[in-house]
Amino acid sequence: MKNFISFLVGVIFAIGLGLSGMTQTHVVRGFLDLFGTWNLNLMGVMIGAIGVHSIVYHMIKHRSSPLLDTKFHLPSKKDIDARLIIGAALFGIGWGWAGICPGPALVSLASGKISIMTFVGSMIVGMFVFKAVEKKIT
Amino acid sequence: MMFALIGGSIIGIAVSLMLAFNGRVTGISGIISGALSPKIDDFSWRFLFILGLISGGFILRWTHPEAFLSLDLHSQTSDYMIAGFLVGFGTLLGNGCTSGHGVCGISRLSLRSIISTITFIFFGIISVIIFKAMRGGL
Repeated sequence: MKNFISFLVGVIFAIGLGLSGMTQTHVVRGFLDLFGTWNLNLMGVMIGAIGVHSIVYHMIKHRSSPLLDTKFHLPSKKDIDARLIIGAALFGIGWGWAGICPGPALVSLASGKISIMTFVGSMIVGMFVFKAVEKKIT
Repeated sequence: MMFALIGGSIIGIAVSLMLAFNGRVTGISGIISGALSPKIDDFSWRFLFILGLISGGFILRWTHPEAFLSLDLHSQTSDYMIAGFLVGFGTLLGNGCTSGHGVCGISRLSLRSIISTITFIFFGIISVIIFKAMRGGL
């Protein structure tokens, strides 16, 4: 059942991204293009998503467990460190350069285009490189 | 803008279902990362979520073929290689992307997520300024 919910969430999430233009690189870049013809779509998506989710989050945060698990798995880190900032900066540079973040990247794989397969392939390489580097440092 | 708000709300519903039923944050970079280093009892929900995203992509390809048109507009293959690597490495270093920090984290009023989101949008803006100057369009 948990697996079915995960699959369903993936499908619904993908439809939401597609309907709102988030799989279109020029729409995403258009939001970051402050000094051009500013495209506010991405802000609309964030307002819609955060609006709905913050209401639901505050409704269920007092429950001791989710419906299908014994406990919630929420991030516990609180510290604002260099890792957080540098990671977000590197991600932001890549996000702006391609107009693609991880969600739309996976959704766009369905297009069968070489360009998006290149992006996802490199993203996975980047993740493995990080995991290798992290092991060495810690 | 209407479609952005509707699409965003659909994304809000998706991440709310994930939290209410499975007790999980829908952070896409984190879900991919976990699937790349699989642990027993922690792989199938990640895999099915990713499969759901790609399946949703196929639905979009059928109903909204324009969703994937702008992929090759101004970007070259090398752009996708570099950007993909930065997105993969950066999201793991900074523990999240647009979904995990931007939607889920801000809905929980997490300070880490708010700072991360401001940072990646700021660097995304700089990245797009340079991209536009070098590639001649969005």
